[in-house]
Amino acid sequence: MIRKTLFATLILFILPFAVAAVEPDEILDDPVLEARARDISQDLRCVVCQNENIDSSNAGVARDLRLLVRERLIAGDTNQQALDFIQARYGDYVLLKPPFQPSTYALWLAPGVFLLFGIGVCILVLSRARTRRPNEALSDSEESAVAELLAQENRSDP
Amino acid sequence: MTRILATLPILIALMVGGFFLWGLNPDRDPNAIPSVLISQQVPEFDLAPVAGVNIPGLARADLTGNPGPVVVNVFASWCVPCRAEHAVLTRMVERNSVRLMGINYKDKPEDALAWLDELGNPYERIGSDLNGRAGIEWGISGVPETFIVSGAGTVLYRYVGPVVGPEAEAEFSTALAEARAAKAPRT
Amino acid sequence: MIPEIGQFALALALMIAVVQSILPILGAAHGNLLWMRSARASSVAQFVFIGIAFLALMRSFIVSDFTVVNVVENSHSLKPMLYKVAGTWGSHEGSLLLWVLILATFGAGVALLGSNIPDALKARTLSVQAWISTGFLSFLILTSNPFERVFPPPLDGNDLNPLLQDVGLAMHPPLLYFGYVGFSIVFSFAVAALIEGRVDAAWARWVRPWTLAAWMSLTAGIALGSWWAYYELGWGGWWFWDPVENVSFMPWLLGTALLHSAIVTEKRDAFKSWTILLAILTFSLSLLGTFIVRSGLLTSVHAFAVDPERGLYILGLLGVSIGGSLGLYAWRAPAMEGGGLFAPISREAGLLVNNLLLGAATGTVLFGTLYPLFMEAVVGTKISVGPPFFNAAFIPMMLPLVVVMGFGPFLSWKRADLKGIFQRLRFVAVLAGLSGLAVWYLTEGGPVLAYLSVAIAVWLLLATLREWTTRIRLFEVPFGDAMRRARNMPRSSHGMTLAHAGLAVAMLGFIGSSAWKSEEIVFVQPGAEIAIAGFDVRFDGVERVQGPNYVADRGTLTVTRDEEPVTILFPERRFYPVAQSSTTESAIRSTLAGDLYASLAEPASEDTAASGAWTLRILYEPLVNFIWIGAAMLVLGGGLSLSDRRLRVGVPRRAITPAAQATPAE
Repeated sequence: MIRKTLFATLILFILPFAVAAVEPDEILDDPVLEARARDISQDLRCVVCQNENIDSSNAGVARDLRLLVRERLIAGDTNQQALDFIQARYGDYVLLKPPFQPSTYALWLAPGVFLLFGIGVCILVLSRARTRRPNEALSDSEESAVAELLAQENRSDP
Repeated sequence: MTRILATLPILIALMVGGFFLWGLNPDRDPNAIPSVLISQQVPEFDLAPVAGVNIPGLARADLTGNPGPVVVNVFASWCVPCRAEHAVLTRMVERNSVRLMGINYKDKPEDALAWLDELGNPYERIGSDLNGRAGIEWGISGVPETFIVSGAGTVLYRYVGPVVGPEAEAEFSTALAEARAAKAPRT
Repeated sequence: MIPEIGQFALALALMIAVVQSILPILGAAHGNLLWMRSARASSVAQFVFIGIAFLALMRSFIVSDFTVVNVVENSHSLKPMLYKVAGTWGSHEGSLLLWVLILATFGAGVALLGSNIPDALKARTLSVQAWISTGFLSFLILTSNPFERVFPPPLDGNDLNPLLQDVGLAMHPPLLYFGYVGFSIVFSFAVAALIEGRVDAAWARWVRPWTLAAWMSLTAGIALGSWWAYYELGWGGWWFWDPVENVSFMPWLLGTALLHSAIVTEKRDAFKSWTILLAILTFSLSLLGTFIVRSGLLTSVHAFAVDPERGLYILGLLGVSIGGSLGLYAWRAPAMEGGGLFAPISREAGLLVNNLLLGAATGTVLFGTLYPLFMEAVVGTKISVGPPFFNAAFIPMMLPLVVVMGFGPFLSWKRADLKGIFQRLRFVAVLAGLSGLAVWYLTEGGPVLAYLSVAIAVWLLLATLREWTTRIRLFEVPFGDAMRRARNMPRSSHGMTLAHAGLAVAMLGFIGSSAWKSEEIVFVQPGAEIAIAGFDVRFDGVERVQGPNYVADRGTLTVTRDEEPVTILFPERRFYPVAQSSTTESAIRSTLAGDLYASLAEPASEDTAASGAWTLRILYEPLVNFIWIGAAMLVLGGGLSLSDRRLRVGVPRRAITPAAQATPAE
């Protein structure tokens, strides 16, 4: 707890040059490089902020990182190389888009797994409905009568 | 089958609940960021001395091949907590013969000079990191931060924030004692 | 004195809640009508007493009673009246009081308006609602007393966080909570149904208006929150996939699924156990949101009353309510299978796909939000899961959903004629494709996904309209007849059309403002001109102005287009001396086509401020207002549906069937 308060006080003091996010003097003359820099900045997390990317953060460290990204791009880095450069110094934590690696397989595969699981359940439900489906369509009242009977049967036999 | 499916939600909820319980541990600081430098070699950097301070600058080479662990402290004159920490560091240097290196982070040399004149200079070497680039190499997120580097130049420990107060100082001293004990088997 | 009355009222409410937790449900088990009906009086009494407490706190804020800690911490005598009132729910304690007030509102609502609900079900539902009340009232009284006094009282307060001093944000929490907490009654209905062991069409119909009301508020609350972020934070973004945003979005996603699956339960007596599960999970996710926002478990930009001990208490409440209800579900749900049969191409199947995709999307957002915590616990490393992940995972799930939404309303129950539908929608599909191509031709440099999404959004819009015209047989019968048909149709079907069209409109806004946004960041002296998106913006300088509780630097920007004056924008930077913080007040020129958005950045140093040069951030966000227009259509659509007379006076009664009697009544 004490540490936390200290950290909070600290935050107040480490930002003497706090300025707005992306500043005009940072912007590169080459619009293509600048656009790439903006893209990369949006994928990097500001390490002193509460969940912001460096592109929108005012923190001094965020500004340094923005400048660094631009320097790397001018030096001829690809976007990935620039990201790797920062990652090597600040760890996976700075990447807002977690890399695809063993520890994040679960994360990246989850959406697909959820979908497949859901599809599986749906197929189960549908095929059950189909096997129970009579050949000829029944009228509404017949249908509900059948449903009623089936429901009764299900209740009585487990 | 239906029963298994119906039991699934509660199982998942219990699992997630377990994680929450773990996450509420008061010792856990959700804002702490682990350093990637731990058990890595010190990063490449080479800093000139602070203009006007008559001690040498700091570079990677100064942190490798030392007989014992050294402490690297990132500080700045504009950082208020650094002032409190300065006293603690000075005491460590005087009483525990700690070797203390400094990185003066984004500080005007004249400000740093005045600050050291006023408070005294416990540092053996100080590198002037005017543009904060060395700070990035060290992966710092703010000032002050303090590292313990083994004699061979491996980063052993990092403390974020001022090493001030009994709790912090005890934690830091323990880490330092461990570093000293571990220095023997040097390969 | 008044704060003590408030505190006393809270204690009374807690006692009433305890009684209501036990008496009605016991009555339902033993067939004691008097006990069951006691729920009516106790629900209303709970509401009244919590209301008194709420008003007492509000009064303390209005008169700036600085003997109350909560007022000292969150108010200031100079604050405008609106924000004094809004300060009532600006803190952890006050917002929790609002939380329980809404909980009681829904309880009292069911007690008073649900006259057609059978006594036993109503008694059980209100008892379950009282369990939740008891939990949160005791939490409020034991750990977060809003009426705590301070002596000696300070001369003035610390002020509410200036960022929060804004009309949009003053209204955001009440709406959001109304949605969040509104799902509690649906949860209570579901648990009561599980206890009774019976879910049927009538149950689904009783639950529907409450689900709709909660869903509408949540939609409005989320939209208002994102609107606030858009104009107040000065970044021009409207959604950041921040954990706190995600936890309000998940109940919305699942609540939307619930609305749709409840239709199947109501119309076809199918999807019963699934609907119950959704009802439980939707509220569970709301609780999860309350927990995450108040425990400091995850790092978020919206830091709020972070305290691990309170977190532990809420976690306990979560464990009991979510664990208990899901345990009950695991036990009772398997007996609830059955229901109407349907073919793979049918409205049921369409709604199944809706539920599948919404469910998977909710799961993805939940997993992504909590993954950093899982990683930290299991592997010990910290990672971040940010917008790039959520966009990559979420958008591909939503696009197929929107495609299916175009077909959905055409599908008939049980078995649908897909070929006929294709034929009717051929023209719509071609138009949608063409609009995607047209946008591709007219614009430059958008991602391929953007063009595809435009086509899909247009598809949904047109298909929805096409379905509506088909339904009222516009163009087939004389116009007057078609209008008569439209009037005679249930309002809920118009509501559906409006809501679906609203989603399409909002989608156009999402796409336009993210794919074709332009931005200029410049450091300029007065007199400088900036060209953006066809506008010329002249910077005329910055002057200092005095507000009620702040001082502001106000910039003046003259906007012209082709030499014609368009507007003058006044972006501000406000400094609030009491709270010692500053805010950005962006200036926006809103049109349907897009927003011209200007904000002032902090001067780099005192020297530059003296020279009169400032950093300006100017954005052009095409179609961005479509987002909020679409959201409004969603809410109005929900409202239309809610006003449907079948829901008001339809008096859905349970058919007495042999099956129903065979069910043990507990």
